[in-house]
Amino acid sequence: MLTDSDLTALFITLKLAGLTTLILLLLGTPLAWWMARSRWRFKFLLEAVIALPLVLPPTVLGFYLLLTLGPHGPVGGLMKSLGGQPLAFTFTGLVIGSVFYSLPFVVQPLQSAFTTIGNRPLEVAATLRASPLDRFFTVAVPLARPGFLTAAVLGFAHTIGEFGVVLMIGGNIPGQTQVLSIAIYDHVEGLEYGQAHWLSGGLLLLSFLMLISVYGLNRRFTVLHP
Amino acid sequence: MSIEVRFHIDKEDFSLNVDLKLPAQGVTAFFGPSGCGKTTLLRAIAGLEESAKDQNSYLKVGNEIWHNDTFFLPPHKRQIGYVFQEASLFTHLNVQRNLEYGLKRIARSERKVSLEKAIELLGISSLLKRRVDQLSGGERQRVAIAQALAVSPRILLMDEPLAALDMTRKQEILPYLDSLHDELDIPVIYVSHSASEVARLADHLVYLEEGRVLAMGNISEMLTQLDLPLAHREDAEALIEAQVAAHDDDYNLTYVDFPGGRFTVTKKDFPVGHSVRLRVVARDVSITLERQSDTSILNIFPVTVEDMVAENEAQLMVRLSATGTPLLSRITRKSASLLGLEKGKSVYIQVKSVALLP
Repeated sequence: MLTDSDLTALFITLKLAGLTTLILLLLGTPLAWWMARSRWRFKFLLEAVIALPLVLPPTVLGFYLLLTLGPHGPVGGLMKSLGGQPLAFTFTGLVIGSVFYSLPFVVQPLQSAFTTIGNRPLEVAATLRASPLDRFFTVAVPLARPGFLTAAVLGFAHTIGEFGVVLMIGGNIPGQTQVLSIAIYDHVEGLEYGQAHWLSGGLLLLSFLMLISVYGLNRRFTVLHP
Repeated sequence: MSIEVRFHIDKEDFSLNVDLKLPAQGVTAFFGPSGCGKTTLLRAIAGLEESAKDQNSYLKVGNEIWHNDTFFLPPHKRQIGYVFQEASLFTHLNVQRNLEYGLKRIARSERKVSLEKAIELLGISSLLKRRVDQLSGGERQRVAIAQALAVSPRILLMDEPLAALDMTRKQEILPYLDSLHDELDIPVIYVSHSASEVARLADHLVYLEEGRVLAMGNISEMLTQLDLPLAHREDAEALIEAQVAAHDDDYNLTYVDFPGGRFTVTKKDFPVGHSVRLRVVARDVSITLERQSDTSILNIFPVTVEDMVAENEAQLMVRLSATGTPLLSRITRKSASLLGLEKGKSVYIQVKSVALLP
């Protein structure tokens, strides 16, 4: 069965995924909205940057984040000079890394949902006296609901599954930065296959359930809102 | 109140150049072939046309400036109602909430059209609890019109509201549009490429072609102007404003007066003095030199020939004036030369059939 340190790893993983998803929804929504509506000619550059974590080996991303957040990096150095701690090997560092790592999984579904809505419902709302902000919250967000669900679940699930980035910038400090995927690795290293089975099977089930709920709910939404 | 409009919009493949003063009463139609700029013009009035923003534009409604070189009133601050071509209701709200969306966003003091009135006018009270995707095309468009009316607009802008509907659905909606006209004192700008729709609904007409105004004026004048394509359609027609003068119960007839005389039509239940519109199609009008007495036709009027234009090798369109009221007659070139028709000649017309519009 699960040991105390496994349970701690599970808790840290869920906390990390939840926090990352929340931050990504807050940052990703305005970003995706802007990407869906802007006609800026260099928008494709930004799109490529956001999509980078899809193709980049996580260790590469983790390596550069480590350099940036570590005591000698620009961000880490700034934190240190302000009397704080460098962010590498802390939970905060993990959250920052995860936000970058899972960014495309949240921004892309949102962007495509906003694009699908098109201009027309917003124009209708404008002729019905709704201000731009009002139109966003009362028309765009409700119509993009399937996109929000997909973004949240993919962002959450992808963060739970990360390994390379965490290892590079979080290390493997039990109780602080040790997440499930790394705990599994440790168990396998120590030939504790039974423990590894429990954790792996649990993650497999959890991921599957999350995806079932996304596809199931989105199908219902599609029926409701053709 | 009037609406002054000046737009110079340049797009890649199209430019719109208009300078208009529209009467802000009754129904004004923007009419012309597709691609003539009528929808762009309507959208610019609503403030929806982004390309109008930074170009030389001027829009004044009554005494309020909505758009000039230094000022652009955003669309949500313009007191308009807008009906789009394909009914664009919010799919995440039911019918009732769609209707309330705009209503909730205007001040109580601005509410001149009640929601109940809009619902009653469009006959949609049985649909309120429905989801939008459970409505037929015609029902959607009626809800969309009620939604636009519920914000008590100073002008109602309609962009081909019937174009996406089949003939049956059109017939279903037209009576509601007529009742808007009669019951509410809201000026309407109506974009259409359908001459029959325009002839039925409009009071004024702006004829657009390739982004320019070719002609404008009141509808009966525009329908009978021989240098415009309206007068050369298969069912080219004249519209006559008239008043019910009397009813004849013995023969079940109604007499209707217009400046050029008195029409006899089959009985309609309108009170004496009621204003009606008569529609006379050019092919139902024949010309005689003398007043015929031995004919079954009752509607005979003295007129003068105003203009004649050959439509093809065989046919002519003749514009006639019955004491100032314009009428059209389509005859053969042969008849014209046998009768010796020429501008200014006094003749008689026999009208075979006439339709009475409410």
